[in-house]
Amino acid sequence: MRINYVMGIIFPNVHDDLLPEMTANRSMGSIPFYGRYRLIDFSLSNLVNAGISKVGVIAKSNYQSLMDHLSSGKPWDLDRKKGGLYILPPYGRSETKVYTGHIDALQGAMSFIKDSTEQYVVMCGANVVSNFDMEAMIDSHIKTGADVTIAYKRGKLPKNHRDIMSFQFDENSRVTEILLSNKIEKDCDFSLDVTIIERNMLIHLIEEASDRNQTNLARDIFQPNVNNLKIFGWEVDDFAAVMDSTESYVNVTEELLNNPIARKQLFTSERPVFTKTRDDMPTKYGLACDVTDSIVADGCIIDGTVKSSVLFRGVHVAEGAVIENCILMQDCLIGKNVHIKHVTTDKNVIINEGTSMSGAPSYPVFIKKGANV
Amino acid sequence: MKKTECIAMLLAGGQGSRLGVLTEQNAKPAVPYGGKYRIIDFPLSNCINSGIDTVGVLTQYQPLELNDYIGSGKPWDLDRLNGGVHMLPPFQRSKGADWYKGTANAIYQNITFIERYDPEYVLILSGDHIYKMDYAKMIKQHKETGADCTIAVLEVPMEEASRFGIMNCNEDGSIAQFEEKPKNPKSNLASMGIYVFSWKKLKYYLEKDKDNPKSKNDFGKNIIPDMLSSNEKMQVFHFNDYWKDVGTIDSLWEANLDLLNPKIELNLSDPNWKIYSRSPSAPPQYIGKTAEVQNSLITEGCEIYGKVDFSVLFENVVIEEGAQVNDSIIMPGARICSGASVHYAIVAENAVISKNAKVGERPENTSNLEKWGVSVVGAGLTIGEDAEVHANVMVKQNIKAGEKL
Repeated sequence: MRINYVMGIIFPNVHDDLLPEMTANRSMGSIPFYGRYRLIDFSLSNLVNAGISKVGVIAKSNYQSLMDHLSSGKPWDLDRKKGGLYILPPYGRSETKVYTGHIDALQGAMSFIKDSTEQYVVMCGANVVSNFDMEAMIDSHIKTGADVTIAYKRGKLPKNHRDIMSFQFDENSRVTEILLSNKIEKDCDFSLDVTIIERNMLIHLIEEASDRNQTNLARDIFQPNVNNLKIFGWEVDDFAAVMDSTESYVNVTEELLNNPIARKQLFTSERPVFTKTRDDMPTKYGLACDVTDSIVADGCIIDGTVKSSVLFRGVHVAEGAVIENCILMQDCLIGKNVHIKHVTTDKNVIINEGTSMSGAPSYPVFIKKGANV
Repeated sequence: MKKTECIAMLLAGGQGSRLGVLTEQNAKPAVPYGGKYRIIDFPLSNCINSGIDTVGVLTQYQPLELNDYIGSGKPWDLDRLNGGVHMLPPFQRSKGADWYKGTANAIYQNITFIERYDPEYVLILSGDHIYKMDYAKMIKQHKETGADCTIAVLEVPMEEASRFGIMNCNEDGSIAQFEEKPKNPKSNLASMGIYVFSWKKLKYYLEKDKDNPKSKNDFGKNIIPDMLSSNEKMQVFHFNDYWKDVGTIDSLWEANLDLLNPKIELNLSDPNWKIYSRSPSAPPQYIGKTAEVQNSLITEGCEIYGKVDFSVLFENVVIEEGAQVNDSIIMPGARICSGASVHYAIVAENAVISKNAKVGERPENTSNLEKWGVSVVGAGLTIGEDAEVHANVMVKQNIKAGEKL
C-alpha cells in the first residue's frame, strides 16, 4: 500500500569524483549499470517499492542525462498530481555556492522539504546497488523510536570512499560509535547511505549546521552527536554493493555475473527494479554466434563470440569478434574480428574491424563515450 | 482546438478461433508476438507513427487482458488530452442492447463516438496483421484521388489469390470488381482489410446497411460491394512491404520466425518507425555458462542454460541445462526443464515442460508427414516428466508424467 507519511530524497551527484571517467558527462545517478539500468534506478525503485510516492532528486551538476532519464517519473509510477517526482536543480542565488556536501544540498532544497507534510524523510545516495525491503526498515525506525536509522552492510569497507561511515553498535543495534576512516582492514559494518529521519528534526539539524557553515552530514552532524541522537542501524543481508571506483564498478558487475544468488536478490520479482524503457527489439543471436556466461539487454545483434561480459541495449557484435570479460554500454558497435578483453566502453563507442585491445583483471581498460577506436 | 482530420477504428473483437487454445482466454490482438510484442502493437504503433492520435478499439471477445494491456495508451503515446486510445465495448441503450453483429455493425454502433471528433476520414484497421505501414500516405492518396473509399492491397502469389478478397482494378487504380475468395481469380491484388473512408459516405452506407435485414453487417461482404454497385469512387492503395495475417497457428509460428529470416526486412526497432509495446520490468537476459544459443530472438528476464536454436523467446522464460528448444516460440514466463526438448511448437504463457518431456516433432522425424504440424501447449499448463506430445497436437489440459499424446 502507498504510505503517505514518508518522502524520499536522492542525492544523485554525491561522490561523483569516485568514478571520474564515467561521471565526465553525467552524474553518478545516471551511470549505466547492468545492461539496462542507471544507478539511480536502484534507489528510486527501493523507495517506490516501499510505497513512497514523493521523491525529490537534488541535482548538482551534469544533470542533463539525469533529467532525460527521469523525465516525468512515469517508469517509477512517480508522475503524480499528489507527490510524485521533484527534480531540484541548484537554487541559483548570488550567495549560494554549488554544493559540497549533503548539508548544503539539503539547505538548497529547504523550501521543498519545509513545504512537504510527510512526517519522515528517507535520504539515499546513488552509488549503492541494492534491493532491500525499505518498508521493513521504516517500520523498524518507527518501532524503535530512533531519531535516525541508517542502513548498513557487513563486509570489507569500500576502500576509495574517504568519508564512508562505519559503525559500532550496542546489543540493541543502537550506534555507539561512528568511524569515518577508510583504513579499516577487517570486516566492519559500513553505511549504505540510506538514512531515515523525522522531517522536522532534519530541518532543525540542517539549519543549525548550515549556520555554522558545516557541510558534511556524517562528520558534522551524526559523528559528534552519536550520544545525543538515537541512531540505529538496519542491516541489509541481501546483496548490496557500493561503487567507489571504476574498478569497483567492474568488480560489482563481475560479482553479479558470477553469483546467481546475488542476481536473484538484486532482481527479485517481489520488488522489481524499474527503469526507462527504450522499445528495442529482443536481442538477435546470429547463426555463428557463441554467447556464454553473459548478461545481455534487448536490442543487441550478436554474430560473434561473447564470454563473461555485459552487453547494454543496442550493442552490435560483428562476425569473428571475440569479447571477453567486457562491459559494453549502450549502442557500441564492435567490428569484425575485433578481439577485446577486460575492456569497459562507455556509450556509443565504435571499435573498428580487426582491432585488438586488452586490459588486465585488476586494471580494466576504459574507453570514453563516443570514442572511435 | 485543431480539428481531428482522421480517426482510426481498430476492430479487435474477433475471437480468432483458429488460434485455438491461444485465444481461449484472450482476444487475438492480445496474442504475444515477436518476443515482446502483442499483435495489436502493430496497428497502434503504425497509427502513432503515421500521426493518427485518436484510435477507437472495438472489443467484444475476452477483452480483459486486452484492456489491461492497452491501459491508458501510454506505451504508444496514445494517452492524450484530446483523442488518444479509447476502448469501445458494446453497450446498452435505452432501446435494448446488442452485441457487435459484424465489423460494419461494430462501427455503426459507435457512430456517436466518431461524430464527437467530426472527422473527414475514418481509417478502419484490424488487429490481426503484422506489418509496418504509413497510413498517412494512404490518406494522402485518398484525398488526392478524391475517392470515397481507399482499400490497401497487397500483391500475393497468383496461386494463393483464391484465399483472399481480391480487387479487380481499372488502369487508373479504381476498383472495378471485388471478389471474396474467388475460385478463378482475375488479379492478385488482395485486400489487407485496411480501409480509408470519407466519413460522410461511410455513415450513409452504415445506416443503409443497418436497415437491411439480410445483411451480415460486414465490410467485405456488404459495405464494399454495396458501395461498388452504387458507383462510388473506390481506389486501391498499393503496399509492397512485409505483411502477414496471423490468424492460424502455422502463420503465427511462421510470422514469429520470419523475424529471424535475414531475407525478410522487418526491423522493429527502426528509430524512424518503432513498434512500441508495454514492457515488463525484468532484468536483462542471462546466458549461462552451459548455454548454446544460435539464430534466436531472446528478451529481458530470460535465463538460458540449455540449447536454443531458431526460436523466439519472450520475457522471463527459463531454459534449464540440458533442455533443447528448436524452431519454437516460447511465450512469457514458460519454463523448459532439464532434459526436455521442444521442437516446432508454441509454448504459451507460464507453461511448464517438465524434465525429459518432449513437445512437438521435427518434420523429418515424423512418421506421417501429412499429419505433421506445429504443436501448441496452452497457457499455464504443465507437461509432466517424460511425457510426449507429438506433432500437430493442441494441448488444452495438463499432461501427466509419462503420458503420450
